[in-house]
Amino acid sequence: MDEKNKVRLTKGDRFKVFWRSQFLQASWNFERMQNVGWAYSMIPALKKLYTSKEDRASALKRHLEFFNTHPYLAAPVLGVTLTLEEEKAGGEDIDNAAIQGVKIGMMGPLAGVGDPVFWGTLRPVLGAFAASLALSESWLGPIIFFLAWNIIRMAFLWYSQELGYVQGGNITQNLSGGLMQKLTQGASVLGMFIMGVLVPRWTAMNFPMVISRVENAEADMIDFAAISEAANEGLLSGDMLRNVVADIQAGMAIQPEEVTTLQNTLDQLLPGVAPLLLTLFCVWLLRKKISPIAIIAGIFVVGVIGYVLGILG
Amino acid sequence: MNIFVIILVLLVAFLAGMEGVLDQFQFHQPIIACTLIGIATGNPVDGLLLGGTLQLIALGWMNIGAAVAPDAALASVASAILVTLRGADVSEGIALAIPLAIAGQVLTIFVRTLTVGIAHAADGKAKEGSFRAVELLHLGALMIQGLRIAIPAGIILAVPAELVTGGLNAIPEWLTGGLAVAGGMIVAVGYAMVINMMATPKLWVFFALGFALSAVGQLNLIAMGIIGVVLALLYLQFSPEFNQGGGGGGSSSGGDPLDDILNDY
Repeated sequence: MDEKNKVRLTKGDRFKVFWRSQFLQASWNFERMQNVGWAYSMIPALKKLYTSKEDRASALKRHLEFFNTHPYLAAPVLGVTLTLEEEKAGGEDIDNAAIQGVKIGMMGPLAGVGDPVFWGTLRPVLGAFAASLALSESWLGPIIFFLAWNIIRMAFLWYSQELGYVQGGNITQNLSGGLMQKLTQGASVLGMFIMGVLVPRWTAMNFPMVISRVENAEADMIDFAAISEAANEGLLSGDMLRNVVADIQAGMAIQPEEVTTLQNTLDQLLPGVAPLLLTLFCVWLLRKKISPIAIIAGIFVVGVIGYVLGILG
Repeated sequence: MNIFVIILVLLVAFLAGMEGVLDQFQFHQPIIACTLIGIATGNPVDGLLLGGTLQLIALGWMNIGAAVAPDAALASVASAILVTLRGADVSEGIALAIPLAIAGQVLTIFVRTLTVGIAHAADGKAKEGSFRAVELLHLGALMIQGLRIAIPAGIILAVPAELVTGGLNAIPEWLTGGLAVAGGMIVAVGYAMVINMMATPKLWVFFALGFALSAVGQLNLIAMGIIGVVLALLYLQFSPEFNQGGGGGGSSSGGDPLDDILNDY
């Protein structure tokens, strides 16, 4: 009937909202958290849908209400809200409370998905992989981390916002159903597995404390004196060297003493057992509500004392 | 140290500060921030190594809900400046990163409190229907978050190099050695934080399997990643909690409305 009924948000408008949603948390505050960022993201759409000053003021006001969720999972909520605003501007009877209700209703469950999937699994897994490359001085580490993360993130932001826009209110029902739960569970399985993989690989713990010294019998040792004598007299031959290598491979000793450190013993038991116990101990401490920084400080103290006493090295 | 280096370092610091709150492009993550600082100061390899090590330590630093995590941005930027420009060892950089992370956390909590005022200013401008003013306030808050890291970085750059080097050299050997030992161990805290967030009694078996394969095998991380994904898919297919009610196996995928939507989409 009237002109407003025909206003539709184009793909371009929705893209602007998507781009701005990346700055959702810029003015994160302890009172209403992501509220200004939410309004900031909605502005391109509000600008198009409302032209009078009164309409714009009331639209801004309703989008400056409290909002907080995982910064990426705000995207589907934005999509749904865009549809609602479009209908409201077109004359449908949707009040402010209904819009705020949709936002509040979606943000809790979605944050519960975003935190374990993005912060709990994807970033640690990608970060650990990239760090392992970086520690072997490969530039691919930071490059892969940056590209992979941002491609996944942007694709997720755009497509989940579009999904919210197309599905409207139905999405809430769908999201609370099986898929989100599956995603969270699957991510947790992967995450726990990779954490298990990481524990023995990059936790550096070494116990150089000597447990036993055993002198090797002369017959079990390679006779280095004879070889150096032969070399000095110019009599060293290829066969002699070949014999030495064969003897070493056969298990003959190189050192006059067999030194066993605490680390050797632990490695025989199970390689990586010390990092495993340390990690499990840290989990236990975290569950006792001890802050991570306090645990780190404690490890520094233990490290220094252990090093001075010669237990750790 | 020329003016060009200073500008580049401050720029990276500013980016890291903004990302510390946005959490989108990840410029605040050690592996990116330390590497960029290393490139800016002409010591890229040191930056890369520090970044890799700090990344493992910071694996579990995440902002959840209203809780603010230790700040990776200040930890990465400041310790990378000390390592790549002032000649600190990587192990010293790691030891310094921890108090820096707490300092950064305090600073971001301060800024996040300050922005309550910005939110109220935005309320006022909203009454006038001024989109532009709300946008400027929002981005202004982002600038403050950038300066939160850029200003401390500038202060560290301004301290005379001899003073920093002298201070670092004054650290006794037993302390640097001990810190290096501890630096190798504290990654366990990062792992523990991630585990603590995800672990349910059912999921510990996957942790155990990963540990066993990794401790005695030679598989690289890509192979491990593939195994992990396969395990996750198998778990979803066979776990009874996702297969209830349906008569046959096929119903689990067919009965999922979002699957259909995603397929059509």
